[in-house]
Amino acid sequence: MADTVNPYGIIAEFDNPADTMHAAEKVRDAGFRKWDVFTPFPVHGMDKAMGLKNSKVGWFSFLGGVTGYTCGMLMIWWMNAVDYPIVVGGKPMFSPFSAFPPSYELTILLGSFGSLFGMLFLNRLPRLYHPLLKNRRFALATHDRFFIVIETADPKYSETETRKLLESLGTRHIEVVEE
Amino acid sequence: MADAVISKPLAQPGAANQVAGIVVKAPPRELEREPMVRNQRSIGWISDAIAGVAEGKTPRWWWFAFIPSVIMMTACFTMILYLVSVGVGVWGPGHPVMWGWAIVNFVWWIGIGHAGTLISAILFLLRQKWRTSINRAAEAMTIFAVMCAGIFPVIHIGRVWFGWWLFPIPNGNDIWPQFRSPLMWDVFAVSTYFTVSVLFWYMGLIPDLAVMRDRAKNKIRKFAYGLFSLGWTGSNRHWSNYEKAYLILAGLSTPLVLSVHSIVSLDFSVAPLPGRNKTIFPPYFVAGAVFSGFGMVLSLLIPLRRVLRLEDIITLRHVELMCKVTLATGSIVGYAYGIEFFIAWYSGNPYERYAFINRATGHYAWAYWTMITCNVIVPQLFWFKKIRTNMLVVFILSILVNIGMWFERFVIVVISLHRDFMPSNWGYFRPTWVDILTFLGTFGLFFTFFLLFLRFVPLIAISEVKGVTPQADPHHPLGGAKKGGH
Repeated sequence: MADTVNPYGIIAEFDNPADTMHAAEKVRDAGFRKWDVFTPFPVHGMDKAMGLKNSKVGWFSFLGGVTGYTCGMLMIWWMNAVDYPIVVGGKPMFSPFSAFPPSYELTILLGSFGSLFGMLFLNRLPRLYHPLLKNRRFALATHDRFFIVIETADPKYSETETRKLLESLGTRHIEVVEE
Repeated sequence: MADAVISKPLAQPGAANQVAGIVVKAPPRELEREPMVRNQRSIGWISDAIAGVAEGKTPRWWWFAFIPSVIMMTACFTMILYLVSVGVGVWGPGHPVMWGWAIVNFVWWIGIGHAGTLISAILFLLRQKWRTSINRAAEAMTIFAVMCAGIFPVIHIGRVWFGWWLFPIPNGNDIWPQFRSPLMWDVFAVSTYFTVSVLFWYMGLIPDLAVMRDRAKNKIRKFAYGLFSLGWTGSNRHWSNYEKAYLILAGLSTPLVLSVHSIVSLDFSVAPLPGRNKTIFPPYFVAGAVFSGFGMVLSLLIPLRRVLRLEDIITLRHVELMCKVTLATGSIVGYAYGIEFFIAWYSGNPYERYAFINRATGHYAWAYWTMITCNVIVPQLFWFKKIRTNMLVVFILSILVNIGMWFERFVIVVISLHRDFMPSNWGYFRPTWVDILTFLGTFGLFFTFFLLFLRFVPLIAISEVKGVTPQADPHHPLGGAKKGGH
């Protein structure tokens, strides 16, 4: 049964961020789409080297923030001015000023949920299984090594050509990872 | 120009765990800064040093700290049980001082939390890279301090089973909470603060939990860290979203932390009571909160860096910088005290004037002068480098700062109340043993959680510390850049 495991992709290991970044630039220019760089910490300039666009997390936070503020204002207005109005010290039933602090806090609360869950959604996390996490060597990606992975699902992937490309980029180790 | 460029080997040849054999052209000596991580430690060393704290056999000192903490925590819960079953009469407050230690402790603990958010959010926005060595522990401190704080408002209401009236739920008569009161704002501010602090802390933890997962030796650890790290791989596509989310959370936490203590201060300043009814309260409370929070961070990290041998990551420079923040915020607090007195005189309000003269010369003068000594005089000592670099002195001073800030809240809460407008409403407040044990017990709660944190979670943000080393910079020779980088 083990004869027919599909390869997931080819991984190339690097020693330092500079080599990884130059290699990433070459892989980007070669036109690959299903590939990624794995680093123990975010490397500055890597987004550009990979040709990534600006992250969309901000939209999720914005949506959360707007929802929070609107819900806060509407909630307070409805509770104190519509559903059960009570006169307190002759103050107006609803004032945007006294309703502001709780609404402001709700803006921040839902905006924060938006950014965390937006980030997780965009990254398709939590993910309880990943072929790379089975690979022993890859465990060093959270320690001090850098990896470039090109998936077999990429239309440009070819078992020999892709390996040749990675070999020319100054990697110290190349391996094919199974699904 | 040529002699200004000093070529020096940064690593001693042969030293383990260091990046060897690379010579870096250093900037002129006067432009050099002490590095974030000393001794040019390699990236792998950083993982080992930090994650190692939460691995292996539990050290003996940990048990010596943990057992008393649990006992004190138990005392806290016993006192709460006693309070709930007998009533708030077991505490000191009574006519005319109706708000006693509970509110003092609440404001004090919540203030301590502020340093964590300041370090994680505001210093992040200001690109203060030194924050990376201390932000995780400070954020944990925030969360546990807010937990300790949160206990007091709930138990001080007397009938705790009505605590849910604080939330926007209609009570038995279908009445909603009254949002024109700052006490209601406080509920939203504190609960949001706690939730967002936990989110921020957890998000920072995800990559580090993945480090723990990849180092885990046994199945249980592998499973637990694997579960909580959510399948993090370190993919750059993930980092890209992650960094954006982190930036946004920092941007959201900054107005949050400023608003929380402002709203806490409004609990006092909207009251038409001499000594409390002042517009200076919001900024003055925020500065005081950061001041006390940094005091607490120093008290926690100075022993820890020594016991856990993390002096290369939490360096002398880090301690010095924290002392400088303490000095700056302490000076703002001292200035605010001065302005309070000035306005009391300048306002021409005889009650206000009396309240302040009574503070400094009345029956509670001992509390007032303790506050002045610890909050105005003590931080001024941090002007001296000799003091900032002496760990024992800094440790003692940081504890004095916390004592002083507790007394500041005592002055505002108790002294303002103990002499009302008519002499028939005068009194002297004394805490009972239940007050004292409950407060001391919250330290047990705090340290129990903090010690568990040290044992199970990386206490320093591993990936962030790695990210500020020169080895992480692709344009630095140590990061692999050719031709000396740029």
